[in-house]
Amino acid sequence: MALKIVKGSIDRMFDKNLQDLVRGIRNHKEDEAKYISTCIDEIKQELKQDNIAVKANAVCKLTYLQMLGYDVSWAAFNIVEVMSSSKFTYKRIGYLAASQCFHESTDVIMLTTNQIRKDLSSPNQYDTGVALTGLSCFVTPDLARDLANDIMTLMSHTKPYIRKKAVLIMYKVFLKYPESLRPAFPRLKEKLEDPDPGVQSAAVNVICELARRNPKNYLSLAPLFFKLMTSSTNNWVLIKIIKLFGALTPLEPRLGKKLIEPLTNLIHSTSAMSLLYECVNTVIAVLISLSSGMPNHSASIQLCVQKLRILIEDSDQNLKYLGLLAMSKILKTHPKSVQSHKDLILQCLDDKDESIRLRALDLLYGMVSKKNLMEIVKKLMLHVDKAEGTTYRDELLTKIIDICSQSNYQYITNFEWYISILVELTRLEGTRHGHLIASQMLDVAIRVKAIRAFAVAQMATLLDNAHLLTGNMQRNGICEVLYAAAWICGEFSEHLENPMQTLEAMLRPKVATLPGHIQAVYVQNAAKLFATVLKSQEGNTDSTAAQETSQLMIDRLPLFVQSANLEVQERASCILQLVKYIQKLQQKDVEIAEEVNALFAGELNPVAPKAQKKVPVPEGLDLDAWINEPPSESESEDEQPKAIFAKEEPKHSRPRHTEVDEKELARRREARKQEQANNPFYIKASPSSQKVYQDTPGVEHIPVVQIDLSVPLKVPGLPMSDQYVKLEEERRQKERAEKKKKEKKKRKEKRSGRGKKHDSGPESEEDITPAHQVDIVTEEMPENALPSDDDDKDPNDPHKALDIDLDNLVEAAGRRPLADSEKLPVRSHRETPKSPAEDGDTENAALQEPKKKSTKEKREKKKDKDRDRKKSKEEKKKKKHKHEEKEEDLLGGQADAPVVQSEETSEVVAPPTSTNPEEATTVAEAEAAPPPEAASGTAPDSEPDQPQDADTEEAKSSKHKKKKQKKEKEEKEKKKKKKHHHHHHHSDGGGEESVQNGTVEEEEPLPPMSNYCLLAENSYIKMVYDIQGNLQDGSQVVVSVIFENKGDSFLKSMEFNVLDSLNSKLQRPDGSGPHDGLTVPFQLPPGVSNEARFVFTVQSIIMPQKLKGTLTFIVKNEDSSTHEKLDFKLHFTCTSYLITTPCYSDAFAKLLESGDLKGSSVRLEGVNMPFHHLLARICFHHHFSVVERIDSCASMYSRSIQGHHVCLLVKTSGQTVSIDAKCDEPTLLGNVLDEIKQTFSQC
Amino acid sequence: MIKAILIFNNHGKPRLSKFYEHYTEDTEQQIIRETFHLVSKRDENVCNFLEGGMLIGGSDYKLIYRHYATLYFVFCVDSSESELGILDLIQVKVFVETLDKCFENVCELDLIFHVDKVHNILAEMVMGGMVLETNMNEIITQVDAQNKMEKSEAGIAGAPARAVSAVKNMNLPEMPRNINIGDISIKVPNLPSFK
Repeated sequence: MALKIVKGSIDRMFDKNLQDLVRGIRNHKEDEAKYISTCIDEIKQELKQDNIAVKANAVCKLTYLQMLGYDVSWAAFNIVEVMSSSKFTYKRIGYLAASQCFHESTDVIMLTTNQIRKDLSSPNQYDTGVALTGLSCFVTPDLARDLANDIMTLMSHTKPYIRKKAVLIMYKVFLKYPESLRPAFPRLKEKLEDPDPGVQSAAVNVICELARRNPKNYLSLAPLFFKLMTSSTNNWVLIKIIKLFGALTPLEPRLGKKLIEPLTNLIHSTSAMSLLYECVNTVIAVLISLSSGMPNHSASIQLCVQKLRILIEDSDQNLKYLGLLAMSKILKTHPKSVQSHKDLILQCLDDKDESIRLRALDLLYGMVSKKNLMEIVKKLMLHVDKAEGTTYRDELLTKIIDICSQSNYQYITNFEWYISILVELTRLEGTRHGHLIASQMLDVAIRVKAIRAFAVAQMATLLDNAHLLTGNMQRNGICEVLYAAAWICGEFSEHLENPMQTLEAMLRPKVATLPGHIQAVYVQNAAKLFATVLKSQEGNTDSTAAQETSQLMIDRLPLFVQSANLEVQERASCILQLVKYIQKLQQKDVEIAEEVNALFAGELNPVAPKAQKKVPVPEGLDLDAWINEPPSESESEDEQPKAIFAKEEPKHSRPRHTEVDEKELARRREARKQEQANNPFYIKASPSSQKVYQDTPGVEHIPVVQIDLSVPLKVPGLPMSDQYVKLEEERRQKERAEKKKKEKKKRKEKRSGRGKKHDSGPESEEDITPAHQVDIVTEEMPENALPSDDDDKDPNDPHKALDIDLDNLVEAAGRRPLADSEKLPVRSHRETPKSPAEDGDTENAALQEPKKKSTKEKREKKKDKDRDRKKSKEEKKKKKHKHEEKEEDLLGGQADAPVVQSEETSEVVAPPTSTNPEEATTVAEAEAAPPPEAASGTAPDSEPDQPQDADTEEAKSSKHKKKKQKKEKEEKEKKKKKKHHHHHHHSDGGGEESVQNGTVEEEEPLPPMSNYCLLAENSYIKMVYDIQGNLQDGSQVVVSVIFENKGDSFLKSMEFNVLDSLNSKLQRPDGSGPHDGLTVPFQLPPGVSNEARFVFTVQSIIMPQKLKGTLTFIVKNEDSSTHEKLDFKLHFTCTSYLITTPCYSDAFAKLLESGDLKGSSVRLEGVNMPFHHLLARICFHHHFSVVERIDSCASMYSRSIQGHHVCLLVKTSGQTVSIDAKCDEPTLLGNVLDEIKQTFSQC
Repeated sequence: MIKAILIFNNHGKPRLSKFYEHYTEDTEQQIIRETFHLVSKRDENVCNFLEGGMLIGGSDYKLIYRHYATLYFVFCVDSSESELGILDLIQVKVFVETLDKCFENVCELDLIFHVDKVHNILAEMVMGGMVLETNMNEIITQVDAQNKMEKSEAGIAGAPARAVSAVKNMNLPEMPRNINIGDISIKVPNLPSFK
């Protein structure tokens, strides 16, 4: 033996190991890919060998290759093999490989469940550790669900090494399987006070991650964290806690007040910069949350700003960076305290580190005022010139525009200056932000009326010098500004000094090299200019000038007509024809200018970018509803705008406002109503939807800010923005002097409306008046626009599911037994025809229409409809059957995996996304099976109320702590009730499975049902069980037993034993004797329940039978432990050998015709339930499926695990139900019928 | 949360990559390349934080890195981690010093030839993207204990293979042993140890 091992290893030493591989790759630098591919071939050979050491070596090499970017997923199975080696060395290699390359869609992952479970419970702590580490990287929802229990147990492991890993991995489990959060939370909370600092730190870590996403659920932990913060010395933990407080304070200002003191103490005392920084950060967060309530924290702000200044002044670039980062947070609420450090921040703009410069830029945004805007922008412009890298320069550019345009150009006093800044920015080569500049130009020109003349002059110059901008077209985004320039010149052409020149500039052949959308604007605006030029020229006596202009257009436009761009082509040919026509008229000496101008009459108002979105949907209008008929022809004609051309719009589409007077509108409305009334196809909405929105508010409705014009400015040509700084300075001085002369009264009048908005400037800001009459036209919004901010939260955010209210749990400190829906998953077989996807479906359905189902009336209606639809439903059902078979096939394939003890939720409907699992469960249950009360004996109506009540109560209680104590009694009572209620569910509630089988109409409400029946019970423990046949093996049945700990003591070492009969035997692991008990693979803390599965082999299935058994367990109290036992009788009914199997009606007919089956029948009297409930019961309790149903008659089918066919024909008339049955085994049939009879006699 | 830990050398060759979120191999390589591109063009004495790797994360994520001699250590983290804390984690307290202790004056070659060991050390420090242990001694204890287990398992059977491996290693003319990362000093590069 030893010789063999040595021999094997001697063989092995000539295999390449990882080091050899690395060395080889380094020696083959030229043909690395080729070398690696030969290596991969070798690895493939090695993986084929039986020697696990060779395999492990191969997998180790693969891990390295994976890092180099090679896909190694093909070896996934081998990785699993290596993982399952018993040697730690290989196991570690396997888990490492798995953690590097497994992910959710790796299919072999499901093979690992048992291996991982085994490793988790390994006596060797490092086996467990390595499994936990690996699992943390590739945990899937399935694994999380299956292993949650085992990991939870590990959280109380004796070794801190395991405990800390188990605690930490729980976060990953929560993410993948949110249902586990509630049951695991009490223990997690316990770990916050673990004696081992590592475990404590892990627990803090996990809770911080959880709280970061859903802080409100963790507010109740604040006192505990507070204690930790004042006691802990571990900086890492402190940082985490302090960060957590930063997230909590916005929700609870009182917490913030308490925090300030200890935090400031820490700031003063700590030497760790990381801790200091986080303290400052959290203090800032506190101050922000307090800023509305308490103004008197200036000392703290001063302290923060002062500390931050120290950081920023530090030579360590990291501190500088973080200091600026934190500063920007203060800026939002306390701009004044930051503004005093303007010098420092401007200094940072010169830093060589780009990250720091960017941070400083962010800060500038909040530091500008009317007074210093020009100065700051001037400085930034200098940086723009110096900036070498385009990214930083682009960043500067956007920042300049951001700073200037912020809050509606609040700080701009001189728009001429701003326009010149924009024009200067166009000289930047290779910037990506041409469109940004363009949209600013447009925005300013449109919204600031007073600036138009100046803007137009500037734009005309730009157009004239277009060749400068378009120098390098391909990578030059700056030509976008020509778009704005052309549009401004066209639209406001009345301000042009020399329109003719501009027109010529716009029609230059070079324009044809511009991008299509810009050319299109050129063409359109050339037409506008043409109209203006005509107007001026027609006034003159000399008519030839006008004709020359037309000729110019006719000469130049064909260039555009030939354009490859459709838009350009179309516009150009339209305008060309128009001009030709005009020319014709001109030759006849017709005055045409007026009419041409009319084409472009009217004012364009800016529309807010979100205006369209904000139009509220009128009441009663369902946008998703199907519209059967398109609106009639005449109507659409009616609404067509009068203008031939809608003026082309610059950036966002602006609806053209047709100027129609009220009377006309009313008339049209009336006409339309008439028409709609007469139109049989028109869907009439409720009256409110007829509400017509006022067309436009008209120009007089636009709030116009009137500001006294003190010094008219006129700067000809293309001035440098710098000039303005000086001019502005002069202007202000002059103004100041003037003001002194004036009386106070007048000064008050002078105040602008806008000035009032921001009287917060450091020095009397409002004294600075803008140089222009500035009309800032506000953007138009539809009436009734909703002011909502669309915070688009990512619906796929995994953390949403973790938004679970944990308060009630916390208050009860984990003592309260968890509700049914919150139990941890239990073990069950994968072959139950249920996948997580289906889970989601049922749940979605549940969430979609819980309301509909809740009221009885609607149910009645539904039934009526159902009757109407019966036929179509039959068809649907058939389809459904087909569908199901497919699904089952898929699942069957999956079930081949060797899982003996995989897990499944016992609660079929366990909503993962709901914030309140209890409620959602009840809703889902109600959906799945809200019964007529009589049927089930439960009172489902009372159920939905209860949890809600409890919830509101809890919500209140957190607010009014004094009241809470009084209410506690009530609550306890309620909890009792609830508990009781859920028990009820266990015995005969929870009939979701019948729906999931799809064997009955899923729309009809069904009573809750459960197959779990009581096995045995004493004061410590309660057992309920269910028996299911095993699809794969005709001689096996699986007994699922739910153990529930009823007392307050810990139950452990549970052993389950059964006295085998000749016919049925409990399957025991190899090597154990026929009388040995099976250890239940878990322990039960108080109030917890869990499920275990036991496999039995049966020989004959035609007779029911009972097996005696015993459960032994140790009851462990704080001071004592006793050994207890509980006897039980397992009842194997014949039904439990049947397996729900769908059957086609034709196959069913053939089966009946074959004559192999023997018949029998039974009559049930006094069955008082709807037919579909009856069917559902048979389906659910006796594992049948409906083949066909016609009125009050249905055929059903099932198959035993040994392949016996069982066919039923169920008829009902009044309260009598007759069942004719056929089966190839009469004894079995007789027993099944007896059992069915019994089921119905019970209710 | 830590989203990824990358170690690569001055030429962008990956020496260790640990992603705590799944990406395809191609994306992983692209992330490494991009991160290298971002990090390598920065001067020595600028701050160690970088925003906006395009592929990894988004606005919430930061790259926090340190540069030692020939290697870059990069952590990609979200806002729940303290920037300075992570920086400390890389060097002052934990990662690099632990490597230094475990490899006895760690150099790039150690990382090249023993990626698996580096992974094992890292696993004791960060688990599933969350910091597991910040105490260096604790980490070293656990790593040593596991290595001891490995050795005892190998026993006699592993001896010949180890011997061969040792012989192979002797033929390493290019193996400089003394690049001390801790002090950022390269003592004897390219010393031919075998002639």
